[in-house]
Amino acid sequence: MRLKLRIWRQKNAGAEGKFVDYNLDGVSEDSSFLEMLDLLNGHLIDRNEEPVHFDHDCREGICGMCGMVINGIAHGPKAAITTCQLHMREFKDGDSITIEPWRAQPFPVMKDLIVDRTAFDRIIESGGYISVNTGQAPDASVIAVPKTQADRAMDAAACIGCGACVAACPNGSAMLFTSAKLAHLNSLPQGQTERFDRAVLMVNQMDAEGFGGCTNIGECEAVCPKEISLDFIAMMNLDLLRANVMGKGKR
Amino acid sequence: MQVAVLPRSSIGKKALMAVTGAVWIGYLVLHMWGNLHIFQGAESFNHYAEFLRTVGEPVFSHAQVLWLIRIVIVAALAAHIWSAWDLYLQAQRARSTNYAVKRVVQANYASRFMRIGGVVIILFVLFHLAHYTWGWVTPFDRADPYRNVVIGFSSPVIVLFYLLALAALGLHLFHGVWSMFQTLGLNSRRFDGFFRGLAVFVALVIPIGFATVPLAVLFGILS
Repeated sequence: MRLKLRIWRQKNAGAEGKFVDYNLDGVSEDSSFLEMLDLLNGHLIDRNEEPVHFDHDCREGICGMCGMVINGIAHGPKAAITTCQLHMREFKDGDSITIEPWRAQPFPVMKDLIVDRTAFDRIIESGGYISVNTGQAPDASVIAVPKTQADRAMDAAACIGCGACVAACPNGSAMLFTSAKLAHLNSLPQGQTERFDRAVLMVNQMDAEGFGGCTNIGECEAVCPKEISLDFIAMMNLDLLRANVMGKGKR
Repeated sequence: MQVAVLPRSSIGKKALMAVTGAVWIGYLVLHMWGNLHIFQGAESFNHYAEFLRTVGEPVFSHAQVLWLIRIVIVAALAAHIWSAWDLYLQAQRARSTNYAVKRVVQANYASRFMRIGGVVIILFVLFHLAHYTWGWVTPFDRADPYRNVVIGFSSPVIVLFYLLALAALGLHLFHGVWSMFQTLGLNSRRFDGFFRGLAVFVALVIPIGFATVPLAVLFGILS
């Protein structure tokens, strides 16, 4: 395959970025999108040029490191996959592909296609945990968890924190991410003790990071590689409203 | 740690938008239903218009209930607009850099039309007040609302503007009604179909109910 690539190049967080065009020949349609970029980088290194920097780790669609906006869609044209699971057979010979980093104020570009997503880490730190006593491992199945709740918690816990929801949202909102992290713990018996404090603390941190609000348009859900549902946003909203009625969030 | 996260968070502003939006839906239903009295004839319609001022007597004095309703809906509208503006600014800050290429995957047109549609609706409300409350646009006689309506809708341009505004209202309601339940956390997969259906129902019934009056005047059913 022959491709015309238009890639965002930015030297560092402080530098002005710009799009650079590359022609790439000999791309196998069986290669993944990241392998296609590896091929390009091989040519760039041969020519003594700076390779295109992008985040990646497992390349199995489970770690959440990779992610870029491909032709206007976070993680590319195929639903429910990460960028590393996108294959070149989704494109045609001679296609033009525009590749941009996630765009959001709380996700500053560090270099080329790499953005700083530590804002997500700080949201987790603010309340994405449960307090338990350490010591001997408890016996299995001591706490009964109904199947429906276990399933819901698992659906929420599937979030890999890639940031595609923020990238796809015209408001730069992190509601899908934050609500998934909340719903994961708030659905389980172990999470009930701190449930409403958690809602307040994590929403507080989310707002402090500078993410936008939710307009319920659902673009986040559409691009999410783990198909996290908007239901969790509704659950977070209700928990926050209840937490405020109860005066929760104090530590 | 502070407690009152709600008033400052985007979720609190959204909840305020949901509640004030619900107030307006309630008002629109009453207003639309009241308008339909015009099909009972001039006397009945003018009597209904007078009732709006005498309702609640003798507990309330003349036009007091009317003014209470006016104060509530103006306050609700102001809160709705303030929240929308504040959330818009927050969104602009969060997404300060735009994409060179951006495609919409699943968001419907109504949901992306909310902000512009809201502006269209505000402009319409101002025109509507000038038209039928203050009587600045067409010949106006406060004592004869029926005649005011018939004269007011004799111009096809005005009727067209009303219909366009009602279409914008329909789109606004289609996303707004469903969104209201989502924002207040009452939605879930189990009820999603019901709330979507309710949104379609409200988005059709209210604008169509309102549209019957200008259309009836335009086609000579009311004269």
